[in-house]
Amino acid sequence: MNSMDFLLWVRGPGLAIASIIFVFGMTLRMFEIFMLGRKKNLAELRSSGVKEGFRTIITRSGGVDTYTTKRTMFTHISGWVFHLGMFTAIFLLAPHIELFKSFLGFGWPALPTAIVDLATVIALITLLAILFHRLTSPVMRFLSVGQDYVVWALTFLPLLTGYMTYHHLFFPYTWLLGIHILSICVLLVVFPFTKLTHAVTVFTSRWYNGYMAGQKGVKQ
Amino acid sequence: MNGKSSCSEETACSDELYTGNVTPILNEIRHALKKLLEEGESTIIDLRALPMGPGEEQQLESLLGIGEVTANIDAMGPSTVNETLFAGVWLITHRNTEDAILGKFIEITRYPSILESQTVDMHSALKALPDLLTENG
Amino acid sequence: MADDRTLADILRSQGISRRGFLKFCATTASMMALSPAMVPKIAEALENAKRPSVIWLSFQECTGCTESLTRSHAPTIEKLIFDVISLDHHHTLMAASGHAVDEAMQEAMKENYGKYLLIVDGSIPVGNPAYSTIGGVSNLEMLKDAAKGAAAIVSVGTCAAFGGLPYAKPNPTGAVPVTEIIKDKPIINVPGCPPIPVVITGVLAQFLTFGKLPEMDELGRPMAFFGKNIHDRCYRRPFYERGEFAETFDDEGAKKGWCLFKLGCKGPVTYNACATTKWNEGTSWPVESGHGCLGCSQPNFWDMGGFYNALSTPTIDIAKTAAVGLAAGAAIGVAAGALNRSKKAKAAREHETVTVNDLEKGAKS
Repeated sequence: MNSMDFLLWVRGPGLAIASIIFVFGMTLRMFEIFMLGRKKNLAELRSSGVKEGFRTIITRSGGVDTYTTKRTMFTHISGWVFHLGMFTAIFLLAPHIELFKSFLGFGWPALPTAIVDLATVIALITLLAILFHRLTSPVMRFLSVGQDYVVWALTFLPLLTGYMTYHHLFFPYTWLLGIHILSICVLLVVFPFTKLTHAVTVFTSRWYNGYMAGQKGVKQ
Repeated sequence: MNGKSSCSEETACSDELYTGNVTPILNEIRHALKKLLEEGESTIIDLRALPMGPGEEQQLESLLGIGEVTANIDAMGPSTVNETLFAGVWLITHRNTEDAILGKFIEITRYPSILESQTVDMHSALKALPDLLTENG
Repeated sequence: MADDRTLADILRSQGISRRGFLKFCATTASMMALSPAMVPKIAEALENAKRPSVIWLSFQECTGCTESLTRSHAPTIEKLIFDVISLDHHHTLMAASGHAVDEAMQEAMKENYGKYLLIVDGSIPVGNPAYSTIGGVSNLEMLKDAAKGAAAIVSVGTCAAFGGLPYAKPNPTGAVPVTEIIKDKPIINVPGCPPIPVVITGVLAQFLTFGKLPEMDELGRPMAFFGKNIHDRCYRRPFYERGEFAETFDDEGAKKGWCLFKLGCKGPVTYNACATTKWNEGTSWPVESGHGCLGCSQPNFWDMGGFYNALSTPTIDIAKTAAVGLAAGAAIGVAAGALNRSKKAKAAREHETVTVNDLEKGAKS
């Protein structure tokens, strides 16, 4: 198989398979989670909790409470930096926006590529720091399982290969682009069956926390 | 030193350098000229091997200009050899019999070798001269 | 017919001085994308090179490659190359026709057996060889026959090199490139739709000058012309780097000469000499004229997802495949959810308990 055949496969059947499995898997997981529901609250509600749910999504994103945040400051900051860098790379790079436009039907303005390049480098360095932390911190070592490392690699590789592709590093561009798209395909296929589902559930679980707390207590 | 601009209105000769090829080439010429003076070594730059943006070739030529020497060669079509405004920096343009450009070179040298008379040609000339002598008695 | 005189002898006999010969060498070096420092070597090689026999076979093609080569408005270095080689057979160009042509070809092949250069343009249909025949002989037969005595084969144009247009989905004639049929001869691929004329003659000149195959890439293309990709040599690259793209062919960005990535330019995955050598003797090339690169020197370029769709877009309809996934996921999700609910209800009914031992590290989430 030459480089063109490989690239055409990942841009065609590869992405097709990956997108079917990704959407199938995420839909399946979401139905499984939400159909289980929560226990009905038999007490008199202070408020419906819906508004409080949304408020909590925002407040929890800045940390639960100062004591906890102080103890997990590294995870807190590195998490934010890495996620922002990664989202910049995924959603604000012109070629990616073309990709989204091709199946969403609409696009949005892009950032100058040099800025996205910088964001990618920051994300890559932060990810390496995160891995180092996971390998050296006693608490992280205690908690970590194989899946954590697999997911880390699947997140690191698209960013790394994307950077290499843009800069034409070491290998011919056609191979690099093919491998970059392949790394995304693998990520998409594995995504719904790992903790990466937090992409959706982080918002729903924070909402539920706020929702439940909003219902408790006495109406003023 | 007289300068002639080769920038015409039909070709884009904007101030904005698209790829900025002109500056690196000028630097290369500068280094080559230094090498010629210090080590006596000539350099040839093939302009067709560089990715020039529209109008960049004209811009380069207008910056280099035409100096004191212009030589016209008629061998397999016309070729022009110009010393630019900068001594030692020569611009050579090879054309075919229909005036299409075959190649463009910048030679940093004392005099381009294409101007030199060739040994083989001189031997042929030597052989042909006696005929001229006998014809004229 | 082939000659025993060297190339230099031939040029001299045409009244060309050595100065003219050196001009020829300098421009040939430029055409072969070789450094000017190589000119003395080329002069030496051409002084000793003999005039070889060349047979050109045209198969399932549009004749664009021959046109590219010969339809120069003026006699150029290309014409000179052809004066210098002995083009013994070319269906389109030769004056003879009919059976005389076949006889002439057979004679040329026999006389120069093992030494002639075979040039092929057009793909070869193998789905049914009868799809393309010349004088009743299928292209497949003719190629196999002619390849036997060839010193080397040059596949000119993307059709001969990779299958080209006939090869595009669904490939109704079963078209294949030369490399699929001939496995025991050196083959040089000179793709392009058509190839730049000076690339065709540059490759021929390189072979004739040095008598051996040039350095080739993984797809059998000479590195001298196909070694760098368009994107790396494109003068619009700074706009790509800055993220300044033309959105349509006539917007402000297009007028300012911005990058054509969004308009489907396949420059990043295409290897050819268009960005430096350009077309029409250095006049311009597609990107400079405002149109994205089609990728015409790459295999499968007709099926690369559309000439006007960016390289970063998929070649299939993702929305459709995602919809299928959504439907399947919803169906199975509802079933799984219902199953889970009944399990939960049953556990509640039977007062099942949960202990800490049930909660393992890394338990299924």
